[in-house]
Amino acid sequence: MLIQQMINGLMLGSTYALIAIGYTLIFGVLNLVHLAHGEVFMIGAFVGLYAAMFLETGVFGSIVIAIIAAAAVGVLVEVLAIRPIRARNGHMLAPMISTIGVGIVLQELATRFFGAEQVGFPSAMVGAPWHFGSLTVTPMQMVILGVSVALMAALHFFVTRTKVGMAMRATAESLIISHTLGIRTDRTILLTFAVASGLGGAAGVLVGFSFNAISPFMGIDMGIKGLAAMLLGGLGNIYGAALGGLIIGVVEVLSVGYLSSSYRDAFAFVIIIGVLLVRPQGIFGARHHVEG
Amino acid sequence: MIDPYLESILIFSGINIILALSLYLPISAGLLSLGHGGFMAIGAYMSAACTALYGLPFLPSLVLGAVMAGLVGAIVGFPALRIKGVYLIILTMGFGEITRVFFLNFEPTGAASGLGGIPPDTTLALVWFIVAILLFGFFQLRRSRLGRVMTAIRDDELAAEVIGINLARIKVAVFAAGAALGGLGGGLYAHYALFIDPAQFGFHRSAEIFIMVLLGGMGNYLGATLGAIVFTVLPEVLRGLQDWRMTLFGSLLVILMIVRPWGLIGARR
Amino acid sequence: MLLKLDKITKTFSGYSALTDVSLEVKQGEVHAVIGPNGAGKTTLFNLISGVLAPTAGTIRLSGVDVTGKRPDHVTRMGLARTFQGVRLFQSMTALENVQTGQFIRDKNRLLSTFTSLPGKTGKAERASRDAAMELLTLVGLDKHHKLIAGDLALADQRRLEIARALATKPRLLLLDEPVAGMNPTEVNDAARLIKQLCERGITVLLTEHHMSLVMEISDTITVLNYGKKIAEGDPASIRNNPLVLEAYLGSDVAAHSAHQAAAAPGEQARSELIAQEDR
Repeated sequence: MLIQQMINGLMLGSTYALIAIGYTLIFGVLNLVHLAHGEVFMIGAFVGLYAAMFLETGVFGSIVIAIIAAAAVGVLVEVLAIRPIRARNGHMLAPMISTIGVGIVLQELATRFFGAEQVGFPSAMVGAPWHFGSLTVTPMQMVILGVSVALMAALHFFVTRTKVGMAMRATAESLIISHTLGIRTDRTILLTFAVASGLGGAAGVLVGFSFNAISPFMGIDMGIKGLAAMLLGGLGNIYGAALGGLIIGVVEVLSVGYLSSSYRDAFAFVIIIGVLLVRPQGIFGARHHVEG
Repeated sequence: MIDPYLESILIFSGINIILALSLYLPISAGLLSLGHGGFMAIGAYMSAACTALYGLPFLPSLVLGAVMAGLVGAIVGFPALRIKGVYLIILTMGFGEITRVFFLNFEPTGAASGLGGIPPDTTLALVWFIVAILLFGFFQLRRSRLGRVMTAIRDDELAAEVIGINLARIKVAVFAAGAALGGLGGGLYAHYALFIDPAQFGFHRSAEIFIMVLLGGMGNYLGATLGAIVFTVLPEVLRGLQDWRMTLFGSLLVILMIVRPWGLIGARR
Repeated sequence: MLLKLDKITKTFSGYSALTDVSLEVKQGEVHAVIGPNGAGKTTLFNLISGVLAPTAGTIRLSGVDVTGKRPDHVTRMGLARTFQGVRLFQSMTALENVQTGQFIRDKNRLLSTFTSLPGKTGKAERASRDAAMELLTLVGLDKHHKLIAGDLALADQRRLEIARALATKPRLLLLDEPVAGMNPTEVNDAARLIKQLCERGITVLLTEHHMSLVMEISDTITVLNYGKKIAEGDPASIRNNPLVLEAYLGSDVAAHSAHQAAAAPGEQARSELIAQEDR
C-alpha cells in the first residue's frame, strides 16, 4: 500500500518537477520569481486539450503542441512584461510584481476563452492498467513518468553538452560577465523562457490527461506547488527543484492517503513557510541570495 | 435617503480605503505583504461568527475580529523579521493561502459552503467615520517621530538599527496593526455582503488590495486612499468594462511596473 | 575606561578575521585603529557596535558587558557609529535624517504621535528641529538641511552621517574611515570637527588610512595586521615602530626605512607612510 502511494506520488511529483525546473531556470537567469509560470502551465494544458479534441493528435502530439504554444506565450511574456522593466532602473521586485499582473491577465483571458468551468480531457489512453503483484500502474502514469524523465534528461544534456545550453548556464551564473564575453544574453534569456515555459506546457498536458479535468484556476494551484518545490530544492538549482517536486508529490499523495484529502493543497504552503523559516536556501542551497 | 446604488459605491469605497490603508501601513515600513486577504478573512469570519452564530452585538464583534487578525498578524510578524524582499512576499502569499484553505475546511463557519445570514450592520456612517479616524491617524503618524522611524526602517534597516531603533518591536507592531486594520475591513465587508466564503479571500483579494496601494503611488497614505477610490469607482464609471475589471487591473500592474522607473518603495512622499 | 575589549576573536567558517585583540579606549581621547586593508578594522567596528557577535572575548562599555548585544541596545548605552559606505536614509532630507537620531532620546514616543494636536506638537517639533539644526550647523550642513540625503556630495553625506550619530547623544563615537575620498580642505575640516567633538566631551574611536590625519589628531593609535594587534601607543612611537612599517611597506622597504630613520629619526619613515597613503 505504501509503495503504491509512493509510486503515485512520484508520478504526480514528476509533473511538479517539470514546473519547478521552469521556475528555477528563469530564477537562475534573471533572479526573478516568475509568478505567472503557473498560468503558462495552464495555457499549455488548454492548448493541448484543444489539440487532442479537435485535431485528434493523441497524447504525444498534444504534448508537442502544448510545448510550442507554452513556449510562445512564455517568450511573449518576457518581451512584453519583463524586458521593458529590466531596461529601467526600477525596484528589484518590480519584475516579480509585473508577473503577478501577467498571471491575473492570463487567467482572466483563459476564463473568457475557455470558460470558468472544469473541462475534461478525452480519455485518450485506453488500456488496461498493468499489475506488478499488488501494485497498479496505469499506462497514463507510465507516459507521465516517461515523458518527464525524457524531458529532464534532454534538458540535462542540453545545458551540459550543447553550446547554446552552456550559454544559458553562463548567463545564469552572471548576466554581466556573460554579456562581456560576447554571449547574446538577450537571446539566451528568451531561450531560457522558451524552454522553461515549454516544460510547463508539457506538464500541463500530462496533468490534464492524468487528472482528466483542467480549469483556468489550476494555474495558481500548480504554480504554488512548483514554487514550493523550487524553494525546497534550493533556489537556482535545477536538480534540487526536480527533487523538490518529487518530494512534494509524494508528501501530497501520502497525506491524502493517511490524513484528510481536503488538506492536500495546504502541504505545499506549509512546506514553503517551513523552508523560508528554517532553511531559506533550501536543500541544496543556491549561490544567489535574494535580498529585498 | 440616498440612492441605494450610490450608497453601495460609497460603502465599498470606504471599506476599500480601510483595506488599502491596512496594507499601506506595513509597506511604509518596508514590509511587503501579499497575504492581506488572509487577515481580511480572519476579521470577516471572526466577527460574522460572533454576530450570526452567537448573536453577539455588532461593534464588539467587529473589534474582536480586528483583534484576532492583529494577533495572528503578530504571530506571522515574528518569523517575518528575519526574511526580506522576495522571500517575505512568498511567505505572506503562503500565509494567505493557508488561511483560505483553513476556512475551506473549518466546519463551524460553513467550510466551503460559506457563512450566510450575517446581520446587515455595516452602515455608511460607520464606515466613513472609521475612514475619517484612520485618515487622521495617518496624518498624525506621518508628521511624527514614529512615522519617521518607519520610513527609516524602510530606507535602510541596518542604519535604523545603529541609531537605536528596535527593529523587532516596531516591525512586529506595524505588521500586527496592519493585520488588525485588515481584519476590521473584513468585518465591515462581511456585514455588508451578508454572505462570505473562503473563495472571496484568496490570492486575488490580496492582489486587489495590493493593486489599490500601488495605484496610489505607494509613497503616501493619501495615495493609497486615492488608489482605493479609483479601484472601486473606475469599473462603475466604465460600465461596459465590468467583466474586464481584473484583466484591466492586471494589465495596469504590468504597465505601472514598466512606467514607474524609480521603483515602488522609497518613493518620495 | 570607556571601552574595553578583552581578547576579542572573530572567525568566519575557518577564516580568522580577528585574533585575541585587546584594546582600551580612555574617556575623552581620540583613539585610532589603523592597519593595511584586510587587517580587520571594519570587523572590529562591527563587533563593537553589535552588528556582529564575537566568537570569543568580551566588550565592555563603561564597565557594562555589551558583548553580542544588538546594535540598538549598544546605541542606547551610548555608542554611535558611522559606516564606511555611508548609510543614510535616502528618501529623507538632511534635517529629517538627523531627527531620526533623536528618537531613542525622546521620552514620550508612541502616545504623543496620536494625541498631539497640530498646535501643541509645534513645541516639541520645534525643539526637535532646533536641536537637529544645531548639529547640522556643527558639521557645516545647515544650509543644506532641506536637501534630500541622496543628493548630497559624498563629503557632505559623511558629515550628515556624523550629525545623525551625534543626535543619539553618544558618549563614544565610532567613525569608520570618515575622510575616505575627501580632498585636503575637507580633511582639514574633518580634523577640526573631530577636535570640536572632543571639546563636547565625546570620545572618538576611528579607523582610517589617511596617515597625516591620524597622526595629527590621535592620542592613541592601535595597529592591526592580519587580525592581530601588532603595536599600540602615541603617534610618535607608532611612527617609528618597525613592525608597523613592515606591515604597511613590506620588510625590505621597512628595513631600509628603519635604517634611514636611525639617521633622521621620524622624518623618513613618516614620509614613507604618507607616500603610501597618497597612492
